[in-house]
Amino acid sequence: MSNEAATATTAAEAAPAPEPIPHGLGASLPAADARAKTEGTFPYAADLWAEGLLWAAVLRSPHPHARITSIDTSHAREMPGVRAVVTHEDVPGSPLFGRGRADRPVFASEVVRHHGEPIAAVAADHPDTARLAAAAVIVEYEVLDPITDPEQAFEAEPLHPDGNLIRHIPLRHGDADAAGDIVVEGLYRIGRQDPAPIGAEAGLAVPRPDGGVELYLASTDPHTDRDRAAACYGLEPERVKVVVTGVPGATADREDQGFQLPLGLLALKTGCPVKLTATREESFLGHTHRHPTLLRYRHHADAEGRLVKVEAQILLDAGAYADTSSEALAAAVAFACGPYVVPNAFIEGWAVRTNNPPSGHVRGEGAMQVCAAYEAQMDKLAKKLGVDPAELRLRNVMATGDVLPTGQTVTCPAPVAELLQAVRDYPLPALPKDTPEDEWLLPGGPEGAGEPGAVRRGVGYGLGMVHMLGAEGADEVSTATVKVHDGVATVLCAAVESGQGFTTLARQIVQETLGIDEVHVAPVDTDQPPAGAGCRGRHTWVSGGAVERAAKMVRTQLLQPLAHKFGMSTELLQITDGKITSYDGVLSTTVTEAMDGKELWATAQCRPHPTEPLNESGQGDAFVGMSFCAIRAVVDVDIELGSVRVVELALAQDVGHVLNPAQLEARIEAGVTQGVGIALTENLRSARGLIRHPDLTGYALPTALDAPDIRIVKLVEERDVVAPFGAKAVSAVPVVTSPAAIASAVRAATGRPVNRLPIRPQAAVVTGQ
Amino acid sequence: MGQREGAAGLTTHAPQAAQAVTLPTTLDEAVAALATTPAAVPVAGGTDLMAAVNSGQLRPAALVGLGRISEIRGWQYQDGHALLGAGLTHARMGRPDFAALIPALAAAARAAGPPQIRNAGTLGGNIASASPTGDALPVLAALEATLIIAGPGGARREIPVSHLLAGMEMLRAGELIGYVRVPLLHAPQVFLKATGRTGPGRAMASVAVVLDPARRGVRCAVGAIAPMALRPLEAEHWVAQLIDWDNNRAIVPEALNAFGEYVAAACIPDPAPAEDGSVTQHPPAVLHLRRTVAALARRALGRALS
Repeated sequence: MSNEAATATTAAEAAPAPEPIPHGLGASLPAADARAKTEGTFPYAADLWAEGLLWAAVLRSPHPHARITSIDTSHAREMPGVRAVVTHEDVPGSPLFGRGRADRPVFASEVVRHHGEPIAAVAADHPDTARLAAAAVIVEYEVLDPITDPEQAFEAEPLHPDGNLIRHIPLRHGDADAAGDIVVEGLYRIGRQDPAPIGAEAGLAVPRPDGGVELYLASTDPHTDRDRAAACYGLEPERVKVVVTGVPGATADREDQGFQLPLGLLALKTGCPVKLTATREESFLGHTHRHPTLLRYRHHADAEGRLVKVEAQILLDAGAYADTSSEALAAAVAFACGPYVVPNAFIEGWAVRTNNPPSGHVRGEGAMQVCAAYEAQMDKLAKKLGVDPAELRLRNVMATGDVLPTGQTVTCPAPVAELLQAVRDYPLPALPKDTPEDEWLLPGGPEGAGEPGAVRRGVGYGLGMVHMLGAEGADEVSTATVKVHDGVATVLCAAVESGQGFTTLARQIVQETLGIDEVHVAPVDTDQPPAGAGCRGRHTWVSGGAVERAAKMVRTQLLQPLAHKFGMSTELLQITDGKITSYDGVLSTTVTEAMDGKELWATAQCRPHPTEPLNESGQGDAFVGMSFCAIRAVVDVDIELGSVRVVELALAQDVGHVLNPAQLEARIEAGVTQGVGIALTENLRSARGLIRHPDLTGYALPTALDAPDIRIVKLVEERDVVAPFGAKAVSAVPVVTSPAAIASAVRAATGRPVNRLPIRPQAAVVTGQ
Repeated sequence: MGQREGAAGLTTHAPQAAQAVTLPTTLDEAVAALATTPAAVPVAGGTDLMAAVNSGQLRPAALVGLGRISEIRGWQYQDGHALLGAGLTHARMGRPDFAALIPALAAAARAAGPPQIRNAGTLGGNIASASPTGDALPVLAALEATLIIAGPGGARREIPVSHLLAGMEMLRAGELIGYVRVPLLHAPQVFLKATGRTGPGRAMASVAVVLDPARRGVRCAVGAIAPMALRPLEAEHWVAQLIDWDNNRAIVPEALNAFGEYVAAACIPDPAPAEDGSVTQHPPAVLHLRRTVAALARRALGRALS
C-alpha cells in the first residue's frame, strides 16, 4: 500500500498540469456518478415522476400467523380518488412466486404467514388517499399461534403446503468414530440483520400501449424480477420491461417483490402510471433479512491443538418462505469448519419455516453465521490448551490443495496463514495515555458514561471464507456488448451498478483493452441480454469477464486490417493512450485513424466452469471460487456497563488481483463496518413474530463514531487462474469475518463466553468487580 | 453515466403540496395564531414532528413555526435563576458559555443525538415531546425546573416541569411553553448516559446529578427507564449527609458505591414477594439495567464531587 502511495506521489510530481485522469486496470478511477451522488442530484427510484401518475399503497398483515376468513374491499373502492384495489383474486397469472422456489403468494389469500405479508394493494390519486384506502380494506382474521422458535418448526403443524423443512443437509466427511484428546462445545445464536439500504424501496410502473408494462425499479437482478413479474401478470416476458433506476444501496437481494408485483398489477388495471415509495417501516417488514441462526458445535483436537473432528448442528430460521435459504444453508454447511484443515466433519444443517420475518440473501449469508461460531470454538480450544489464539489457528489453517468438508479440493489461492501472520504481526494501536483524558474516545462515545478505570482492552482474531458466484450448479452466465464509434466506447451490460463499482470497473477494462479513455456504460434494462444478480461478487467475475472478452473482440476487429496490411499478427500490436504501435515501434497510428469512421461492435459471454449440487451426504464440488480474510480486532469494553467500542480492525485479505485500489479499499471498509453492525447493534427484534421497532432509531446502524480505525494491513495478490484478471470479489468476506473477530476480542477483554451476536451489553459485563 | 434519463414523460420532480404555515415573531403572536387556527400544530425544530408527518402518521392542517421568535431562542437572568427560552437548540446549549451556567444541561444537549438533530431540536420540543428518553428531562427534573407557559391574551402561568411530565397539569389549548426557569447553583453537575453504542443513540438509562451547596443538597434524577424521569429522594437525602461540605465536598468511596446501589434499588425495586412468600428474581435484562443505573449514579456523583 505504501509503495502504491509512493508511486502515485512520484507520478503526480512528474506530471505537468492538469493532473492526468487515472485510467485502466490497477488505477483508482473514481466512479462517474460520485459527484451527482455527493451533491444529491443523482436520481433514485423514489425521485421518479410521470404525468398523471397514481400512488400505490400495500395493505400488510398485522399478524404473523392467521387464517383470512374474509376480505372486503368495497369500502376502499368507494373512497373518492381510489382508482383500483387488487387482492389475490386479481392476479391473472401465477399466484405464487419466489427466488429459487415459487412458494410465496403475491397476495395472501387464505393464510398470512408473517408480519407484513401483502394482502391487498390500492392505487389512488394521492399517497394519503392510497394509504387510507388500504387501511379501509376490511380483512377478518382468525389469529393462529405463530411458530417463532425454529426448533419447534420440526414438530409443529406445517405452516405451508410444502412443509416446514425447506432443506436438510447431513454432511458426512471422514471417520465418524474419530475422537480428539481435547473436546470443546458451544451453543451460539446469531441475530437477524436487516440489509437496511439507505434508500427504502420505491418504484414506478408505466403501462404500455401493447398491453404490457414497464417497471422502473432499483432492481439488482432485473431479468429475474421481470420473469417473475411476467409470470404473475400472465404475460410473455417480452411484454414486461424492467428499467433499472439509481440503486440507493444494496447489500442483499435489494428488492421486496411484495411491492413490485402489485405495482405492475395496478398499472395494468388502471392504465395509468403507478408509483410507490415504501416507508422505512414497510421496508423493514417487506424485504428479506439475514437468517437468524442457532448453532451447536463440538470440536475435537489433539494435544497440540490440531483439529481432529468437527461436529455441528446448524439451524437457519428461514421465515415463512424458502427464498434463498437453500443456498445459505449450503454455504453454512460447507464452511462450517472455516478455513481450517479438518479431516473428519459431521455437520447437520436445516433451514426451516417459521412465522418470523422472512430471510433471504444478505452478503456472506450462511458463511457469516458459522464464522462467528467456529471462531468462538477456536478461542475455546486455545483457552483450554493454554495456547495463544492466533498460534492455535496457525496450526490448523488450510492452504491451496486442502480439502473442504464437502470433499471439494481448494484449487484457488488460499493464503490463509500469510493473512493471519500479517494481522498478528501488525503493531497494536497505542493506548491513548499520552493524550489528555477528556479527549479519549471511550466505550459509550463522547459525552458517554465511560470511565477509564472500568475499561479493559481485548485483542481477538477472526478467519473467514466465502464462496464467489452462485453454487451447486447455478448457471452464472453474463453477457456484455462493447461498441466503439468516434473515439468513444460504450458498454452495454445488464449488470446493475448498486454502488459496488461495476460501471467503474467496466470502464477500466475497456480502457485497458482498447486504449480508449472515454468509456460510457449504458443504463440497464431488460432489453439487454441478462447479466444475472448482483451478489456474491458475480459482476467482477462474470460481467467483468464478458466485458473484457467483448472488448478484446473489438480490439481484434480494429487491429486485424492493420496487422494484415503490415503482415504481422494482432498480438504484436499494442494500444496505449489512443495510439497503436507495433512491437518494434516501426508502425504508429492513432485509434481514430484506424477506426476510419467505422462503428465496431462485439458481444461476448462469460460462463465460469460448472459446479455440482451437494449430494445426500453433503459432498460435491459446489463452488467456483473462494476468498479468504483475516481480521485482528482490538476493542475497549466498559466492563461495568458492558459497552463496547471497536478501536481498530486490522485486516488482511486474499484479493487475487487489485483492479481499482481506491474502490477496493472502500468496499473492504464498508464490509468491515457492516460486520461491526452485526457484532454490536444490528438485530431486528421480533416478539411472537411481530417486528418491534421497524425504524432506524430502534435498529441501530453503525455511525461514523461506531466505525473503528480500519487498517488494511496486507492485500495478498495471488491470481486466481480461473477468474478473469485473476481477481477475487472483495465485499463479502470482511462482513463474514469482522463480527467473529470482534466477538473474539470482547471474549479476550472480559473473559465472558460471548456466544450471541449482536453482543448485548449484559454479555460484556464482568460482575463481582 | 451520471444521469439516467427515463422514458419520455418521466421527470424526477413532483409538485409540492402547499401548506398553511404561520411564522410569528413573538410569543404572543404565536399564541394568537394558535387561537385563530385551533387545528394548527406548533413546530420548533421539527425533529419529532416532521418524522411523524413524513411517515403519514400526522397530517397537520396548518403549522405555526416557532423558529422566528427571537425572544425564546436565548436566555436571561432573573433573581438567581436562568430563564431559558424554549427555542434554545441543543447545539446552542452545548456551547461552553452555556456549559459554564448549567453544566448538566449542556452535557445532555451534547449527547442528544447527531449534529443535525442538535442543530434543529429545541429544549421546549424535548419537553413537549416528553419522550421517556428525552435527554434534557432528567436534568430538568434534578434541577427542579419550572415552565413558564404562555397563554392567550398575554397570560403567563408557571408550573413545575415534573407536573407537566407526570400529567398532573396539561398544556391547555392554544398554550405554548415559553421559558424554562432553572436555578443557577454554581456547583458541579453531571449528566451521564448509557447507550448500546459509541455513536449517538437513545439512552438505555441516564442519570443527572446536581449539587446544591447552598442547601447542602444533592439532587439526582434517572431518565429513560420509566415514562418520566425518576427522583430517588431518599438516596439523595442520605448521601447529602455523608458529604463533608466544608472540606472540599469529600466523601468515602464506599458511600459512592452505596449511593449507586441505593438509587438503582429505588428506581428498579426488587419484585414484591408473592403471597406464599416466594421471591422471584428480575429477568437478566432488568438486572443489567439496574447495574447500569447503579454504575451511572456512582460515576455521576463521583465526578460531581471530584
